Amino acid sequence: MTQLNQQVFSMETEAGPFCLSSLATVTKERRLSGRRKSGLKAARSANGSGSVRFVLRIHTGRTDRQRVSTTTPRSPAHPEAVTSNSGRKTEEQRQVNKMMKSKADEEDYWNSSKYNAFTFDDADDELSALKETKKAVNSIGPLLAEDDEEDWERVSWSGEPVGSISWSVKEMAASNQRADREPAFPKISTETPSLSKSQSGISLSSLFKGKPKGGNLQTFNDVLGDSSLRLYTPELRKPKSEYKDLVSDWSAEETVQRLQQGKGVTLEKFRSLQDKLLLLDLAVAAHDGNAITAVLIYLKRTLCKDVLFRELESRQTALRHFIHYLTESREQRLLLELLRALGRTEEAALLQYKDYKNIADENKRRDFLKSCLSLQFGGEDGNHVQDHYTLLERQIIIEAADRKAEREGKQEVFQKFPRKASILNMPLITTLYYCCFYHYNEPEGTFSSPLNVRQTFKISEKQYFTTALAARAKLKNWADVDAMFNSRNWLGFSKKKSPLSFQRVVDILQKNSAPTRVLQEYVGLVSDAELRIGLAQKHKCHDIVINTYRDMKDRQQLAEYRKKVERGSAEERKIDELLSNQQIRWKN
Amino acid sequence: MAHSARRDSPELPDLSLLKRLARDQLIYLLEQLPGKKDLFIESDLMSPLDRIANVSTLKQHEVDKLYKVEHKPIVSISDQICFLIRPRIQTVKWICDVVNADKAAGKFRRYKIIFTPQKFYACEAVLEEQGVFGDVTTDEWAFYLLPLDEDIISLELPEFFRDNFLAGDQRWVRTAASALHLLHSLFGPFSKVYGIGRCSKMTYESWREQVEQGEQKARHAEIGNVFLIDRDVDFITPLCSQVVYEGLVDDIFRIKCGCVEFGPEVTSSDKSLKVMLNSQDKVFNEIRNEHFSNVFGFLSQKARNLQTAYDKRRGMDIQQMKTFVSEELKGLKQEHRLLSLHISASESIMKKKTKQDFQELLKTEHCLLEGFEIRECISFIEEHINRQVSMIESLRLLCLLSVTENGLLPKDFKSLKAQYLQSYGADHLLTFSNLKQLGLLVEQQPGETLTVMESKVGKLVNDRTAGKLTDAFSSLAKKSHFRALSRKLNLVPKSDEEYDLRVPRDMAYIFSGAYVPLSCKIIEQVLERDGWTGLEEVTRLINGHEFAVTGADPQSKSDAQRIILVMFLGGCTFSEISALRFLGKEKGYKFIVVTTAITNSSRLLEALLDNNV
Repeated sequence: MTQLNQQVFSMETEAGPFCLSSLATVTKERRLSGRRKSGLKAARSANGSGSVRFVLRIHTGRTDRQRVSTTTPRSPAHPEAVTSNSGRKTEEQRQVNKMMKSKADEEDYWNSSKYNAFTFDDADDELSALKETKKAVNSIGPLLAEDDEEDWERVSWSGEPVGSISWSVKEMAASNQRADREPAFPKISTETPSLSKSQSGISLSSLFKGKPKGGNLQTFNDVLGDSSLRLYTPELRKPKSEYKDLVSDWSAEETVQRLQQGKGVTLEKFRSLQDKLLLLDLAVAAHDGNAITAVLIYLKRTLCKDVLFRELESRQTALRHFIHYLTESREQRLLLELLRALGRTEEAALLQYKDYKNIADENKRRDFLKSCLSLQFGGEDGNHVQDHYTLLERQIIIEAADRKAEREGKQEVFQKFPRKASILNMPLITTLYYCCFYHYNEPEGTFSSPLNVRQTFKISEKQYFTTALAARAKLKNWADVDAMFNSRNWLGFSKKKSPLSFQRVVDILQKNSAPTRVLQEYVGLVSDAELRIGLAQKHKCHDIVINTYRDMKDRQQLAEYRKKVERGSAEERKIDELLSNQQIRWKN
Repeated sequence: MAHSARRDSPELPDLSLLKRLARDQLIYLLEQLPGKKDLFIESDLMSPLDRIANVSTLKQHEVDKLYKVEHKPIVSISDQICFLIRPRIQTVKWICDVVNADKAAGKFRRYKIIFTPQKFYACEAVLEEQGVFGDVTTDEWAFYLLPLDEDIISLELPEFFRDNFLAGDQRWVRTAASALHLLHSLFGPFSKVYGIGRCSKMTYESWREQVEQGEQKARHAEIGNVFLIDRDVDFITPLCSQVVYEGLVDDIFRIKCGCVEFGPEVTSSDKSLKVMLNSQDKVFNEIRNEHFSNVFGFLSQKARNLQTAYDKRRGMDIQQMKTFVSEELKGLKQEHRLLSLHISASESIMKKKTKQDFQELLKTEHCLLEGFEIRECISFIEEHINRQVSMIESLRLLCLLSVTENGLLPKDFKSLKAQYLQSYGADHLLTFSNLKQLGLLVEQQPGETLTVMESKVGKLVNDRTAGKLTDAFSSLAKKSHFRALSRKLNLVPKSDEEYDLRVPRDMAYIFSGAYVPLSCKIIEQVLERDGWTGLEEVTRLINGHEFAVTGADPQSKSDAQRIILVMFLGGCTFSEISALRFLGKEKGYKFIVVTTAITNSSRLLEALLDNNV
């Protein structure tokens, strides 16, 4: 680090020899350019980073940039915006205050914390305020009626106007589907020259000699029959020093540098292990992943696995590149060998396990998972894979039985609630939910019994309860729901108990659209009074709200709540009775 | 927004130049393949391409039909095919299949691959292996930088995050450096470069080499300072729910390349609408950085102003009316449309957030950030998992718990992981393995000193109590890096003060006053101190790799010194951008954010699921 701190990067600002032409002239030139011109450009762009520099040069011209900036409208200067902002502030504040006021008396968690700022909960008030604003906006002037789609487009923010690229590709996809249906014999092009085959042979032997350069252009030019193009092959345009490429006498340093620049190199001359490793270490030192991988591909081809793996072990950066390269090119077998050789058995196990995703047939998949059980997983992962296997095995049995039952139409539940999808490959909890939905009352001995599932997979009480509750509520089987909470103490009194907070119970029931009378029972069981009132208000359980305020002896709140209930309703009468009751000792 | 805003903010350089550069280069490359040709575009390149060119541009350069790369046999009948792709091995393999299929059918065509932003040797190796090297010409389109707005530039490389931080592949380092080099050549010379993180350091090094190799023309700098920061310096911030308007819109509707698609629920018609979200949208521009609670107030105020403006036309004579129609009406109508759109969007956001108990979720997040009632947070997360609520959301909370607490207690880890796998499927074993590797979700390792203490105390009490003591001790002893950082940098403001979100006093407003984003706080501190002096403890906790270097002689008084390019390697969130805009206003800076991609909690975690390899 210190070294770096001391290092001062030098940026020479000396003006290099520039052959600048302005952007405008280049564009013009381009339009005029015939094939010869583009041949010249090909030469330049073909040397990788050269193309970047090429463009840069064009644009560093100052005049050019100024011209660009004048054509683009800038947003208004900021100082003005700031003043107008603060001018608006008081008005805005009043507005917000108004909107927030009605919320102030609502209970929310912010009260217990510092961020008494804003809540998403009970959005009703804000939503209605928003709705009013919306109404107001919509009602402004009849001018809106004059709107037409074209105008909409002209303001240019309807993202994908006709003519955009995404739009066009979509159109093409649509037209392709049409084309797909036509009997599609491949159209044989009459102009297919017979030399097409032989041309593939032009491919230069060495990979890293690589670059299209002569080889490719030649292919092209031959085809085009325009031999003049050849005059502009990159070699001719290059400075002398780069000719060295052809005789491949680059040093390791120079080679890595060329790799970084995306230029062609030959690695074949690095034959001793020492040279190869030097090359690799230099690439790593240059922090260029592309160069590192390039060297690794070469090493993979020219070193035996044992040696390669051994050397990579002490070179973590290179190793990670190699692993990533093998992953991307899907060389699973070699990757596994590597991980095992490195003693990274847990990773190897996971990698092997992952393969199940490529097996579509459920029986084959199950068998594959079974074969994974012997792998050396880390930590608890072995148990998780075991569970995965057991689950799929069971799903296959349940699926077969239920599909049959559904077809035969003997069980009512499948008729009333047809299965939307197969249970195969679903997560465990989804399976449990399914079993609670279709097989709730089965004896514990069957595979599909929820209790059996719970037992087998050691599902926690809370988890089981949550899932069963949601499933029975979905079926609107309130008797089952009710039964889940019943427990009797030794005196035989029944009392409602739940491993889940009643607040959450209400939440689950409400999400399954339980009627108010059912909700009310459970809202009443929420022990925290504040929370209870909040929930009761949200779900319109007036009795609970009224009773809780009565118990809290909070006259003001009760009076306030009177405004929210319907005029002339039983609730209103009840509140009135309470408020006029002399015996209650109100606290306010 | 804030009263203290300085009025002398410097002007931003004009970034639209980058678009013209990219377009011109693409046109030039297309002309390398003269004649009619079909163009196959990789799907994730389509939106970026849309920002800089359109179909008619392509048609002008003899592109006949456009297709999406779909890894299926192609139907094109053109005798020239051009592929515009990211340098990915699987895409190149597909192209090889196409070429080989043509060969087998005796069909002759010309093929050209344009790799963007650069080509990789690994891709060329595939061409060679598949025997099509030489049949296919390759080229590079150095399209590094897409300006999404006047102060945001994206490299549109979401894979940067996974490749670099999870796989440890440095292939994009040079790309990032080249992008920086391009900016340096156009808007430099930079006078100072600060940075933190391993990748930042490598990027800096690689960029420096490019500067040395290239030539630099003396010119007037437009961007003075640069700050490079790795995403893994701060994982907390992108894991938090966003509550600033732009961030919230991104979390809910997903902004893609500066454009959002509002569904029927927002447009209140049967079709959805794509909308560009940037500073050109006057209404959006005023609310994008606001905390969501301020947005309603603003919108209704705006509605009233609009009404007044429309009302003006009452009592006008013909001449005045004519002027009104020709000068003001169009602007008003446009504003009107934007206004109703953002109102509908806000409405839709409210509905969605209310439905998913956003309130409770935020409470849990804030508690985690504060280190308060962690047990309650854990049981909230557990219930979240039990109920099979959003898989990503559960994972996000787990990670937030782990990063703020410096890992989970072994028994919590074991139980939460088991329950997660039960709820969302056993294949998430791979997800957990990835998260562990990245350090996002880990098990606490019992410290050594702790074991000594335990065994001493353990002798005095019976076994069961000893077990409980272990828990107690480990929660005492775990010294979370985040907690220490948070104390050091004052990231969580004092809890006894009210925080008025309408008048934000610091960057914490982007998280309802509960937390100052770590990444932005570091930037603020370093700029203030002009280096890392005094931040030694902080950098040690973050794991170092910080640097601050001086280059060209700073033209001290020039505006350029107050224009700061912040480059996020691995992505940044809209909330962070909002925070930096706020900081800029406070201190008289202007920030230009360069990011490898815009990210948020979902994108971050989705990149780590294991279904894409």
